[in-house]
Amino acid sequence: MPTAPEQNDDAARGAAPDAPVIEFRDVGKRYGDNVVLDGLDFSVRKGDRVTLIGPSGSGKTTILRLVMTLEDATEGYIFVDGEPLTHEERNGRRVELNKKQRKRIRQKIGMVFQQFNLFPNMTVLENIVEAPLHVLGHPRAEVLERAGNLLEKVGLADKADAHPSSLSGGQQQRVAIARALAMDPEILLLDEVTSALDPEIVGEVLGILRTIAEETDITMLLVTHEMQFAKDVSNRVLMFDGGRIIEEAEPEAMFSNPTHERTKSFLRAVLGEDQIGTR
Amino acid sequence: MTDHLASLAEAAPRLAQGLSVTVQLTIFGALLAFAIAVVLGLMAGSSSLWLRGPARVVIEFFRGTSLVVQLFFYFFVLPQLGVDLHPMVCGVLGLGLNYGAYGAEVVRGSINSVPAGQWEATIALSLSPAQRIRRVIFPQAWALMIPSLTNLLVHLMKGTAIVSAITLADFTFHLDQLRRVTSTMFSYAAVGLIGYFVLALVLTGIMAMLETHAKHKLGQGRSLRAILSPAPTVAAPGGGAA
Repeated sequence: MPTAPEQNDDAARGAAPDAPVIEFRDVGKRYGDNVVLDGLDFSVRKGDRVTLIGPSGSGKTTILRLVMTLEDATEGYIFVDGEPLTHEERNGRRVELNKKQRKRIRQKIGMVFQQFNLFPNMTVLENIVEAPLHVLGHPRAEVLERAGNLLEKVGLADKADAHPSSLSGGQQQRVAIARALAMDPEILLLDEVTSALDPEIVGEVLGILRTIAEETDITMLLVTHEMQFAKDVSNRVLMFDGGRIIEEAEPEAMFSNPTHERTKSFLRAVLGEDQIGTR
Repeated sequence: MTDHLASLAEAAPRLAQGLSVTVQLTIFGALLAFAIAVVLGLMAGSSSLWLRGPARVVIEFFRGTSLVVQLFFYFFVLPQLGVDLHPMVCGVLGLGLNYGAYGAEVVRGSINSVPAGQWEATIALSLSPAQRIRRVIFPQAWALMIPSLTNLLVHLMKGTAIVSAITLADFTFHLDQLRRVTSTMFSYAAVGLIGYFVLALVLTGIMAMLETHAKHKLGQGRSLRAILSPAPTVAAPGGGAA
């Protein structure tokens, strides 16, 4: 299957070469009467590390799920590399695109879940090589070498043949990170990746993500309650409430000097007595 | 009593033949039922109405009609429509369709029981719909469905007893022959009950091994080899030492 080079996108969509990697245009998501996202507009540029913060139920995770096409938006349009992901506007109407479109774009995107979601019927190594071998069809030797390097990177080279169930939560999440990276994604979505972990092993997972953020130019979109991590890794923070972005700033400014009243109360609640930077 | 034992010894070869017919019906019926259960179960669990609708009709039809009536249909009615099937084929077909319809519900239920996060991970890794099922979801659902399938298998085995109604000389048929020269008590109660019970025991044992193996592949419990080996090794599985 030919992967569409950027010129194609330009011709088809009139996107500039430096089009945003992810763009939301007037995106809404509702379940019945329950509005989760409401007229959302924002974009993420290549290499951006954007952290989404906000109270639970504010729609942060839904944004990641929309980008990963685990769910479809009910209004508006999402673009990845300038290409519409699931729907586009034709003659003023919102039309769903052929499923092939999302299948193709999906391969550029990796996701790490709160609950790891490793496949229990496979070993650690099999989890990592599954998609590169059977989806991308890359040569076995190459895939195995890369998987070995990734396991090394997440500090689990000795666990290649272990079953996920024999690993701790932190180890499982590190495997899940390696598994997502094995697909060599342009975009990495991190959905509360430390929320299910014991406090003392949160650090080992965040440390690996910091390294990845430093060593690669992968675009990252992350939802986290680890404000120090958000500050270290991201270059932009979006504060959500009620399905809308209510404040956007660089992390330093957001955490030290929030302007919106809702942001202030949220940060006060999340950070508690701890002052930022004491970790 | 000695008369009875002598009659039993005389009837033994025929009883063995009958038992072999019963076992064959059980094995082929179960294989057909499993294939049908998987196909119908996957269809019934699909989000597409075009797959789900027909599957539901077939499942409800075969669950809702009597096995004996179905067997009579294949054996007595189909020939009148120009389709002549060997009684063995009729038996396997009847058992396979009937228990396949029940099994489909088991398959569908087990697939639904696999956590949604597993599906989401397969989508995030761009697996195709067929790969999702084959490589990730089904292997997990398999371990969940075995206990219910064991139940159905034993039912199916016992269900084979009615095929003597369509001229098949199975175990029950030869038990009846034995009854004529001995007594109802001896033939059905002693030989018959024990025969079917042992068969059920063997089937349950095989399924238990399958379940152990399937669970071990999901990282739950010990391996079949470790359990069956005379001297169990004292390896702590999954020692999470750093």
